[in-house]
Amino acid sequence: MRALTWQGRHDVRVETVPDPEIVNPRDAILKITSTAICGSDLHLYDHYIPTLRAGDVLGHEFMGEVVEVGAKSTLKKGQRVVVPFTISCGNCFFCTKQQYSACDNSNPAETSDASDLLMGHPMGGAFGYAHLTGGYAGGQAEYVRVPYSDVGPIVVPNHLADEEVLFLSDILPTGWQAAVNADIEPGDTVAVWGCGPVGLFAIQSALILGAERVIAIDHYPTRLALAKKLGAEVFNYEDVNVREALDEMTGGIGPDAVIDCVGMESHGMSVDNLVDTVKAHLFLGTERPHALRQAILACRKGGRVSIPGVYGGFADKFPLGQMMEKGLTVKQGQTHVQKFTRPLLAMIEEGKLDTTFLISHRASLEDAAEMYRHWHDEQNDYTKIVLKPEMAKGTVEKVLEEPVAA
Amino acid sequence: MANDPKASPRAAIALGAAAAVAGAASLFFRRSSKERYTIESDAPNWTKDSAGDGERPVVGTSVLIARPKQELYDVWSRFERFPEFMENVESVSVEGDVSSWQITAPAGQEVKLKNRITRRVPGEEISWQSEPDSDIINAGKVRFSDAPAGRGTYVSLVLSYEPPAGAIGRGIAKLLQREPAIQARRDLRRFKQLMETGEVTTNASPSGRASDSPTEPRI
Repeated sequence: MRALTWQGRHDVRVETVPDPEIVNPRDAILKITSTAICGSDLHLYDHYIPTLRAGDVLGHEFMGEVVEVGAKSTLKKGQRVVVPFTISCGNCFFCTKQQYSACDNSNPAETSDASDLLMGHPMGGAFGYAHLTGGYAGGQAEYVRVPYSDVGPIVVPNHLADEEVLFLSDILPTGWQAAVNADIEPGDTVAVWGCGPVGLFAIQSALILGAERVIAIDHYPTRLALAKKLGAEVFNYEDVNVREALDEMTGGIGPDAVIDCVGMESHGMSVDNLVDTVKAHLFLGTERPHALRQAILACRKGGRVSIPGVYGGFADKFPLGQMMEKGLTVKQGQTHVQKFTRPLLAMIEEGKLDTTFLISHRASLEDAAEMYRHWHDEQNDYTKIVLKPEMAKGTVEKVLEEPVAA
Repeated sequence: MANDPKASPRAAIALGAAAAVAGAASLFFRRSSKERYTIESDAPNWTKDSAGDGERPVVGTSVLIARPKQELYDVWSRFERFPEFMENVESVSVEGDVSSWQITAPAGQEVKLKNRITRRVPGEEISWQSEPDSDIINAGKVRFSDAPAGRGTYVSLVLSYEPPAGAIGRGIAKLLQREPAIQARRDLRRFKQLMETGEVTTNASPSGRASDSPTEPRI
């Protein structure tokens, strides 16, 4: 089959690799119909996540048709399913508490030592995301093996198009969990750093969950325009002093909840961020938590900090005392996708959630390497890319009609 | 005389080693007399910063398994099933209290383990010690104890082994290059996977590396 493989920093290629096979009784094999490139794939592309190996198949946002099942899979051939990026067994202590991304069994015994050492405990398994999370092949491919297929995949009705349900795999539940973790109360103002796909879904989710106001911060005009269309108040952090602006917009108290949808590769021309960037490139530290530092300082006293952004290790100059003195509550973590797929699918069917507004490009899987370059270099025009194995090489469809000039 | 050490140097080494193992094993069977603390620690002995006096450290590892104690004990008692979740173990055959293990070692060497059960507490504990003619001198114990209500069972595996000498020893040393603590932790994780999910988790899947197979696990 054809699949996108990681070869090194800023080097991904579509290659021919062996087809996946059923290995365990609970496995299923999918023929991929749609797969997306995630913002967190850029952390792999930029090689900020350790334990990648040349030849790894990437991709953790995908859906498709069931073409083969193991003896104990509950799926049936021909079903259309969306697959959570987190692999969860459904049986362990964590899965029974619905903390699916903390699954204790999905990271194989051979690969779980690395995260055990780095994080204190082994991380759960995930598709296409380095050997820290199990070393599974991802879904930016024609086919994928899905372990524990009786737990993760959700069957989707035929009247919903791929692109209406594809993001149930990651960014939609991730944005939703970010808003849930913000513990929104009536009258609340929620500030969101980063208007990428997760940020946009967090904005939409925060409004649905009852936020009075959402303030969105980014520097790409197209992304800010998408946030505004959802109902957020927006500003470009390059034009204003973020902390002053947030204080002025909230009568001096600051937002009730702050959501960091930026993660480890924060932009911004501040001294702390420049130092972090240099250190990250010298492998002296992995994090550039500039947006998170700012969010913590901006948050009102007694407020909530929700962090869906991906971080991988130790951070310097972290505002610990500020968190303590202001009495902040912090919630974060990989998304417990399986907890949210069913209620979110119901909301999509009822028309309560718009899941397609952020797609800017549709392209052939064969052109995935080029799409990674665009996704990395042209973040104003490329707001979400969907790859289709069935599309012919060289066909790129522009979906978002009017990007705003940067 | 059969038990004259001079008559058989190999037997003498084996006996000496067995004694050493018994000494090390005592670390986890009773508290050391050199205990200086006035408050008795509730932490397992093998988590001490130092095992003291250059004695070979005992490795231990524990997992929480969301299944009842008796069920886990019953499966573990069938040593023939060990190859399902233990790396490198080809087969185990059982005769009474003695089990014989066939282990694949590097360079086509065959390593045989022979262990005798020294203590069995139904539903709770199995202890063993190797026989003198075992290729690896070892002792160990697995304990099953109730976790807080609804969480299943704590399973603790404690091991000690004698690094072997001689030609065959070099092969075994290679085999054991993977630290026993890591080996034990991985075996126990696979046991947990098997008991909780019904299968041993594997990342077997396609990659762009010619050396990989889509049906074989990889690190």
